[in-house]
Amino acid sequence: MGTGRLYAAVAAGGFRRYATYRTATAAGVFTNTVFGVILAYTYLALWHERPHLGGYDQAQALTYVWIGQALLVVVSVMGGGFEDELMERIRTGDIAIDLYRPADLQLWWLAGDLGRALFQLLARGVIPMAAGALLFPLALPTRPGTWLAFLVAVVLGTVVSFAIRFLIALTAFWLMDGAGVAQVSWITATFCSGMLLPLNVFPGVLGEIVRALPWASLIQAPADILLGAADPLTVYARQLLWAAALLTAGRLLQSAATRRVVVVGG
Amino acid sequence: MDGASVDGGFIELERVEKVFDVRRRTGFLKSERRRVRAVDSISFTVARGEMVGYIGPNGAGKSTTIKMLTGILTPSGGRLRVAGIDPSRERTRLARRIGVVFGQRTTLWWDLPLIDSYRLMHRMYRIPDLRYRQNLDRCVELLELRGLLDVPVRQLSLGQRMRGDIAAALLHDPEVLYLDEPTIGLDVISKAKVRDFLRELNAERGTTVLLTTHDLQDIEQLCSRVMVIDHGRLMYDGPLAGLHEVGDSERTLVVDLERELPPIEVPPARVVRVEGSRQWLAFPASESAAPLVARVAAEYPLVDLSVREPDIEAVIAKMYAGQAGQAERAVS
Repeated sequence: MGTGRLYAAVAAGGFRRYATYRTATAAGVFTNTVFGVILAYTYLALWHERPHLGGYDQAQALTYVWIGQALLVVVSVMGGGFEDELMERIRTGDIAIDLYRPADLQLWWLAGDLGRALFQLLARGVIPMAAGALLFPLALPTRPGTWLAFLVAVVLGTVVSFAIRFLIALTAFWLMDGAGVAQVSWITATFCSGMLLPLNVFPGVLGEIVRALPWASLIQAPADILLGAADPLTVYARQLLWAAALLTAGRLLQSAATRRVVVVGG
Repeated sequence: MDGASVDGGFIELERVEKVFDVRRRTGFLKSERRRVRAVDSISFTVARGEMVGYIGPNGAGKSTTIKMLTGILTPSGGRLRVAGIDPSRERTRLARRIGVVFGQRTTLWWDLPLIDSYRLMHRMYRIPDLRYRQNLDRCVELLELRGLLDVPVRQLSLGQRMRGDIAAALLHDPEVLYLDEPTIGLDVISKAKVRDFLRELNAERGTTVLLTTHDLQDIEQLCSRVMVIDHGRLMYDGPLAGLHEVGDSERTLVVDLERELPPIEVPPARVVRVEGSRQWLAFPASESAAPLVARVAAEYPLVDLSVREPDIEAVIAKMYAGQAGQAERAVS
């Protein structure tokens, strides 16, 4: 009970921290929208040449573009979440402060990241999606239940994304500078989450592999639900499995890492 | 209340050690392991309500000791108890009873108003609502935080932020407060505010305080007892005055005379430097400057004077040199 209120407060803080930077948010919304328009015309050209590519018709393909733009920062495909800050705290030794607190490191940062994601969903998710719906003919569902199922997948996708980024951030305990690992991680995520192209488009074994990897939980999974292309429960099961596995890995790495605090920050 | 053991020790260290394996690269793919004793068999006891200075040069093992006392680090050997709790085994339980302030780090949320961080402490330490309100009001008043609560932390000055951090560490009524360089980088007024507050906290609430600092004045004004650590070993544990005796430290009397004179003679002080009409006299720090000043004024044409205190680094350096000398003599 008490614990729940603590992490709720941390999440609320995460939400407000991002809400503070209004100009940055406005610039981000603008970028997402412009990028969405460019990508939409690219997809139009592609689907004109290859109709029903990946099993999507044109409207579905366009919808997929705007789902991607709406979720890009929410599930933090290209970084920009808590991980930069956590790596910086490890590098400077500020992590010592986080460790003596009567709170769990992983849950603390997860709560803060979920707060961030909620703000990003409202600001940088809703507005570009609305813009996309105004500019292009999208295949959006009319049943509220489908939207609700979609939101659940977005939450789970954020947790999977957090779990990956937590692992990445902890490498800073050993590498001191985690920027290189973080960059590799963003590139991998951009490709494997379905951010560039829907994962259904990838052929054969490659397709099988990318769809099975954890990054598919970030964008492809929620998109499948919103487009009615997959059964929500199957999607959730896969997301939960990855979340559990990666969070556990993060926990193991965390206990190994905290034994190293020592050297960091004197 | 569980806590202090029979003999009244609130913080107890018994032959505590911390050994690190440091790997150093010696060539491509080659590295060498070296064992570093950051803390080497340290024993001390701090009673409830004491205010103790813990000093030493950089890299002496101060922060490592503090980290072991908070439970972030596990000692490699020896026995360590804070309020009867083994810190590294029950870190979370202990965390509710201690407060920590690192002068060069902050526990506050950088982007958000100060009050948001306090609300978080309220939840984190599960402070009852009434007590939270009372403690916050008290800290706001004594640390002069009124008007700052709604200011984002990044906009606070260093002194304001420091006071904000001290308040954050005290909202849950910790029984012991570890302060690591709480006045570093602060101006004279901010330092005075912080010291006044700590003195009052210790006097009124009986909070045990362990203070790490480079500033000898912090110790002089706050602590009746001081512990000196160097190379991981406890070099001195006792009153501050005694530290000067052990370290043979000297104060300096700077006198401006009417004209250039040969070195003046006022034993036990001796002239260590002459520059025109100004002379520097060294005398033992354990002795009062008053009779010396009286004699200089009576026997020489004095224009002006000032007294310089020895700094902590010099005292420790001297003490260390003294001990090394003794050890050598013992060997030969």
